[in-house]
Amino acid sequence: MRRFPRELLVVKPFFRYRCMHTLPDLPYDYDALEPVISSEIMKIHHAKHHKAYVDNLNKAEEGLQKALSEKDVSSQIAFHNALKFNGGGHLNHSIFWNNLAPKSRGGGYLNNGQLKTQIEKQFSSFAKFKEVFSSQAVAIKGSGWAWLGYDTRTKNLALATCQNQDPLLATVGLIPLLGVDVWEHAYYLQYKNERPKYVDAIWEIVNWKNVEESYQKAVEFSN
Amino acid sequence: MFALRRLATNAIISNTRAAHALPELPYAYEALEPIVSRDIMSLHHTKHHQTYVTNLNAAEEKLKTALSKGDISTVVSLEPALRFNGGGHLNHSIFWKNLSPESTQPSEPLKKAIESSFGGIQQLKDQLSASSIGVQGSGWGWLGYCPKSGCLKIATCANQDPLQATTGLIPLLGIDVWEHAYYLQYKNVRADYVKAIFEVVNWKDVSERFEKAKC
Repeated sequence: MRRFPRELLVVKPFFRYRCMHTLPDLPYDYDALEPVISSEIMKIHHAKHHKAYVDNLNKAEEGLQKALSEKDVSSQIAFHNALKFNGGGHLNHSIFWNNLAPKSRGGGYLNNGQLKTQIEKQFSSFAKFKEVFSSQAVAIKGSGWAWLGYDTRTKNLALATCQNQDPLLATVGLIPLLGVDVWEHAYYLQYKNERPKYVDAIWEIVNWKNVEESYQKAVEFSN
Repeated sequence: MFALRRLATNAIISNTRAAHALPELPYAYEALEPIVSRDIMSLHHTKHHQTYVTNLNAAEEKLKTALSKGDISTVVSLEPALRFNGGGHLNHSIFWKNLSPESTQPSEPLKKAIESSFGGIQQLKDQLSASSIGVQGSGWGWLGYCPKSGCLKIATCANQDPLQATTGLIPLLGIDVWEHAYYLQYKNVRADYVKAIFEVVNWKDVSERFEKAKC
């Protein structure tokens, strides 16, 4: 439910109201994904990196609101970079935390169902899908994300990669289902330069229940 | 007959070039401590830079084959791998020399150029730091020389895009802000790393690059 910060309305009544973005809680403890992802990584990734995207997104949106209210087109455009980077960072990580689950809560296990059937149909096998996805994730040059997405035009699953924090839907037009963060901060403290080992290991904690729910929503949306 | 064979051999030799090799560091892995830890230097050099060298050599082999077959499509498709790995090799080769455990100072000509382009060395540090910290994702902050204007300029490049091929500036001093360059020690606090790295900048090397660039 939206909450209007009264102090904003009182102090700056000429600004259009909007509610600030906040850092979502993790659906599990920082150490829940061990040994696949260490609690040290989870803590810094969530409490520092994601938090910074949220804070900077709020600042950029405030700047954008001001530019809009002053009809300052040049300043509006100047905020786009910060909005894409921080907005994308917030969107991507919000999806990511839910895309993962400890093994004790079903992480790593894909039930028989619509999603498994579609993966097998399009990729010939679940193992082949993981192989192709992994190789794309490992091959990203620099920082970015590998995605399993849904294409509403073809009504098919599709794989894609995005640079930096470019958000999948806005950049490529696919609905994000499962993302793997391959920024070095996502794995370096534990896996050092060995990104392939991290990508290999992360399959053990993919929250397929969450991915399947997103898939079903995407299919409904496109029907 | 013998002369023909020699001609052919020479042609093969001249067409065969030595593969790129990982340059040695001019100092021990722990030499830049406490600014950059031994673990980081060791991984950065023997794993990351070595990988760029290995992959650059592989890409160049494929390029030579494609060129010899007139396979334009493959030549073009190799560009990202050449840029990424070639840039990675160029950038890191400069970076290792840009750093030193010795205390150094900029030469008088470099000092004058810094004053003229930025107002002073502190202003240069402030601007180069801000640019480097502000890189979104992986990349480098650079102090470069602009051959057209004769001025020093600050620029940033994404990923391993090499400065000169990308911007035309001649690289003098680079700061690697890929997370692997600092994360094990500084975690998410890139700003602390960038601030600290100025303590191990090899101003002698930067000054020498500046002299060469002016020619």
